[in-house]
Amino acid sequence: MTDITTEKARIGAPSAQPFINGFTEEGENLSPVNTGTNTSTTSEQPSAGPLGGASAKSHSHGGGVGIPDSSRAGRLTSYKLADFKPLNGLEEDWRFTPLKRLRGLHTDVLNGAAPTVSVTAPAGVVVETVGRDDQRIGQAAIPEDLVSANAWENFAEATVVTVPAELQAESEVSVLITGAGEAPSAQHIVIVAERFSKAVVVLDHQGSAVVSENVEIIVEDGAELTVVSLQEWADNAVHASSQQAKIGRDAKFKHIVVSLGGDLVRVTPSTRFTAPGADVEMFGLYFADAGQHLEQRLFVDHAVANCKSRVLYKGALQGRNAHSVWVGDVLIRKEAEGTDTYEANRNLVLTDGARADSVPNLEIETGLIEGAGHASATGRFDDEHLFYLMARGIPEKVARRLVVRGFLNEIIQQIKVPAIEDRLTEAVERELAATDN
Amino acid sequence: MSTLEIKDLHVSIETEQGTKEILKGVSLTIKTGETHAIMGPNGSGKSTLASTIAGHPRYNVTSGTITLDGEDVLEMSVDERARAGMFLAMQYPVEVPGVTMTNFLRTAKTAIDGEAPALRTWTKDVKAAMQQLRIDADFAQRNVNEGFSGGEKKRVEILQLELFKPKFAILDETDSGLDVDALKVVSEGVNRAHEEGNMGTLLITHYTRILRYIKPDFVHVFVDGKVVEEGGPELADRLEDEGYDRYAPGAGVAVAPAVQA
Repeated sequence: MTDITTEKARIGAPSAQPFINGFTEEGENLSPVNTGTNTSTTSEQPSAGPLGGASAKSHSHGGGVGIPDSSRAGRLTSYKLADFKPLNGLEEDWRFTPLKRLRGLHTDVLNGAAPTVSVTAPAGVVVETVGRDDQRIGQAAIPEDLVSANAWENFAEATVVTVPAELQAESEVSVLITGAGEAPSAQHIVIVAERFSKAVVVLDHQGSAVVSENVEIIVEDGAELTVVSLQEWADNAVHASSQQAKIGRDAKFKHIVVSLGGDLVRVTPSTRFTAPGADVEMFGLYFADAGQHLEQRLFVDHAVANCKSRVLYKGALQGRNAHSVWVGDVLIRKEAEGTDTYEANRNLVLTDGARADSVPNLEIETGLIEGAGHASATGRFDDEHLFYLMARGIPEKVARRLVVRGFLNEIIQQIKVPAIEDRLTEAVERELAATDN
Repeated sequence: MSTLEIKDLHVSIETEQGTKEILKGVSLTIKTGETHAIMGPNGSGKSTLASTIAGHPRYNVTSGTITLDGEDVLEMSVDERARAGMFLAMQYPVEVPGVTMTNFLRTAKTAIDGEAPALRTWTKDVKAAMQQLRIDADFAQRNVNEGFSGGEKKRVEILQLELFKPKFAILDETDSGLDVDALKVVSEGVNRAHEEGNMGTLLITHYTRILRYIKPDFVHVFVDGKVVEEGGPELADRLEDEGYDRYAPGAGVAVAPAVQA
């Protein structure tokens, strides 16, 4: 029997350290990655440890850092790169991102070879490659940050996937996006689900790339669309992806982000309701390994009445300097009476030395809503879970895997494409097999 | 024939107020085929004994031994104890989100037996055992204990007991919170497992009710971390009539206090 120093037993926990230093349930502490630097190009790794709270003082509750209007509604959006100020890393929406690992996505002209796109689509779905002047471009999205605007200014051609009105796609549309080199590049994808159509579109990111990507998603009235964005990049990939969806009347949209591979992956999904009666679900799964930075910042804009949104992101972290960031901005505007929204983020920390930042932001401008809530929790393995499983003869390692698999399966189960679900289950297995705990 | 032997067991826990001794010298020997009931008032240390045998790290064994056929159980990790043939039916089974019952049962069975069960017979066994315990078939696809009622959780514990076929089953207040029907179903399950003839049972309970359905060979009365009285099934009947009052501090065990009219 081992020494137990706390009253609550810790079975098989990697250490007695109860939580990550400097981390609170609401993720109030600032990430130290960019502090003390004025320009990204000269930035040094901060001397504070990766978990340290040295920078925590620079944040005060209720006000953003570095922007006068802390409301999400007040954020600058523009198609023009020049409208955005150069990044210094202290901006509210970049404060967790290690800029020097962006490998030029925020400073260089993105004229490298864009990842190749190959689409497999069921009958009836239309796939086109179009130029910058195509009228569908700019229908659903407008860059919300500099890196997105940089891609917008530099992309050469766009892939447009259209699910025609009333088509019930019989299988998923698979968009394979394969890195074509490590010169910083720009990518543009448009997905249109026309009225009363139903489809699943999978954006499958693989290989090596340094790419900023804009994905525009139009979900027309009564359409039912699922978009799954898989980031299974090679270890050295850098990927920033702005995925903006415009949701029509009575439409259903499910968005699932799965980030497993890459050195730095930053996905920023936004959904905007444009007519009442729509229903949005946003799910996310990430598994950050040693040194990996996986960031997700989502925005749900309840701009009209009687819409519903549900958000659940779950992440596992293992290894030194594994870092995950989740920021969930939900805005209920004055007009959005009858809104029903809930967002949650759960993180499971498997080893020492990993850091999970989690910041749910809920802005409510009307009291006439159905419901609004948010939750965030980060913990180690629940020791009682582990005890229960081990008391059934299951060795600690296997028990841990069973629990992690279980933790993440809740998201995988949402995909409803058996082939993708199987593939992700295997991918999670591989991540787990890489653990040495 | 196996023997589980507990000798002069002292167990303490760490609390905010410091170390607290809960078991103060417990000795008990259980053999295959025997059913021992441990009864006692709340806080007497019954559940601590159960958790200590299973290896819950909250409990520190400060002295004494637990052996299974001579093997030192205290040296074994939690999972090793289970694989050695011990099974603890928990008082408060935890919910394990995301892990389906099917997956969990198969994983545990594989771990305990050292090899994966033959798929066809296993599925059949699970189905049959679930039916006998009146557990709805769709529970197999649900996550372990998630959203189960108190009674359902207890039935699932006994389901595992029947499927894993341990050498020694320790039932930690399995009867608490069960209505009469559920109590019968659960008791039948324990009796079925017992009748196979390869199991010894340590039945921990606060109430005598379950002893109408599961007949103990021995009854041990626990008070303040010690066994204060031992006997056969007749002792349970006496407890049923008299309660634990006569073991209260100050009341001599040999002399029952005056019964109020």
